[in-house]
Amino acid sequence: MTVEAPAGDTIAPSRLAPADMIRAAGIGLRTRRLRSVLSALGIMIGIGAMVAVLGLSESSKSDLLAQLDQLGTNMLQVQASTGIGLGPGELPDDAPAMITRIGPVEAVAAVADVGSARVYRSDYVPSGQTSGLNVRAVDTNLLGTLQGSMADGVFLDQASPDYPVVVLGSVAAARLGIRSLDTAISVWLGDEWFAVVGILESVDLSPDLDRAALVTVGAAETYLESDLVPSTIYVRMDPSSVDDVRNVMAATVNPENPDQVEVTRPSDALEAREAAESALTNLFLGLGAVALLVGGVGIANVMVISVLERRGEIGLRRALGATRRHISVQFLGESLLLSTIGGIGGVLMGAAVTAAYATYRGWGVLVPAVAIVGGIAAALAIGAVAGLYPAMRAARVSPTEALRTL
Amino acid sequence: MTAGIIAPERLALGLVGVTKTYDGTPPVRALVDVDLSIADGELVTIVGPSGSGKSTLLHIMGTLDRATSGTVTVAGVDIATQPDKNLAAIRSRHIGFVFQQFFLLAGETAIDNVADGLLYTGTPLSHRREHARASLDRVGLAHRSSHLATKLSGGERQRVAIARALIGSPSIVLADEPTGNLDSKTGVVIVDLLLSLNAEGTTIVVITHDRDLAQRFPRQVSILDGRIESDVADSR
Repeated sequence: MTVEAPAGDTIAPSRLAPADMIRAAGIGLRTRRLRSVLSALGIMIGIGAMVAVLGLSESSKSDLLAQLDQLGTNMLQVQASTGIGLGPGELPDDAPAMITRIGPVEAVAAVADVGSARVYRSDYVPSGQTSGLNVRAVDTNLLGTLQGSMADGVFLDQASPDYPVVVLGSVAAARLGIRSLDTAISVWLGDEWFAVVGILESVDLSPDLDRAALVTVGAAETYLESDLVPSTIYVRMDPSSVDDVRNVMAATVNPENPDQVEVTRPSDALEAREAAESALTNLFLGLGAVALLVGGVGIANVMVISVLERRGEIGLRRALGATRRHISVQFLGESLLLSTIGGIGGVLMGAAVTAAYATYRGWGVLVPAVAIVGGIAAALAIGAVAGLYPAMRAARVSPTEALRTL
Repeated sequence: MTAGIIAPERLALGLVGVTKTYDGTPPVRALVDVDLSIADGELVTIVGPSGSGKSTLLHIMGTLDRATSGTVTVAGVDIATQPDKNLAAIRSRHIGFVFQQFFLLAGETAIDNVADGLLYTGTPLSHRREHARASLDRVGLAHRSSHLATKLSGGERQRVAIARALIGSPSIVLADEPTGNLDSKTGVVIVDLLLSLNAEGTTIVVITHDRDLAQRFPRQVSILDGRIESDVADSR
């Protein structure tokens, strides 16, 4: 190899090619594998936790949005206020008709309590064993208004309104021990046998219907001799007018006592649930950040020890022509490599956890790009900070001292 | 007999009035007014007991340390006026080191350890390995090139270290107690190797505390308490 003679200031400088820099940074990792794996693991757990939390929260949110999309947020639920001095809570008889007159309203479906009638599997069941189930008389357009669906059979609108037929909520059917309608099944309701014509899927916007047996208003009047008063009214409207309708609803339903009318938006409850979950998400993100920080301290610790152990190597490299900068870059690079390995491992781990849990919950798997990019960026940042001090120490090692160490 | 005056173009390394003082109470004078000139192609041994200042002298000759006063010239450059990064550059291209403890990288093969001798010159890896193969061949270890450093015997490790020092054809090779960690038989092999490399033209300085070993080299510089006691060249 030819070496040009230096002349004064024109000494060819020491150079470390980028590829060699990466190789040099990897030497410590290759020769101390277990230690490297363990210190990368700290970062991996931190990043993994954060990615999984973000992934799960996004997956669950996207599931909720899909649910809201499907159910629609343009529904209001009207009930009588209950409380001291307000009586049993009844809406005026003509409330559904009044609501229909509000311009943007598209559909109105009323649900009425049916006095003391209860539903039993047969007439041998003691009357006290109600299984916590109610009987409700409902308008036949209820299913469409709630965007519900049938698990089996048909809804009441498909049956003759005045026949003794019943549709069971999902929980009600399970408690009565009815799984399918392949064979004709009747239940003992009031003092009559009612034929079960359908079983509902769980109704997301009104979970209390899951525990009810639904009959038509006509059937209730004919067979249950009940005085029907609407207890809940579901109202669908033009999505852009929800707030306007909500503002006039109470006064429309009960002009005399608007304060006895309670108007709620069921989709808000779902959103509130999500908000509560996102508070938890922040907590878990915080925990992930703590884990990441601890991982960073672990890397810094390992790097400081490494610098002490490798004084001989540092001395040798200085003797071979490395500048202080080459030495610090090597150790900083090693720290970055460790944290990058941890970061990539963490992203993979977080994504795997997200995929597994989301699949288990039946959600779509969604790992946000910001979690992937952010996870690796956070790992790099931690690696840079953790490696900075050890790298500076390594650069400060005096070559003459280092070469004296045995 | 004292070494004669060397023409500047043949000077591999020159020290004039070099003094090194370490701070402390009282200050330690490790080197006092040292004059030493080494010509291209010479094989010189610096011999002295421990604490005599020979390691300090080696570090100053190798530009790893700076003299408190005096002039040090390596490969035609006065190092006192050079910033640290230029000293690193001089080490990377003009000085080869051999240490008592070998200082091989444990996770690397023999050939890659040798190739590291050119690491900080910016030479691409494939070229470095090519030179390393030739260099390993010079020390008779071509057949061990793919062995990990940890799998080699002490004598083989030192030969790898010598090959690493030779790889860039440096102006001078500085060997610090090169046989210090070896049994006497292996030590003889290393000394023979240094003699034959010198015969091929390599300039070598060997530092040792071992006077018997020093007798095997053509020029012996004796050092005690930081001063050069004698500088004797055999007429062979």
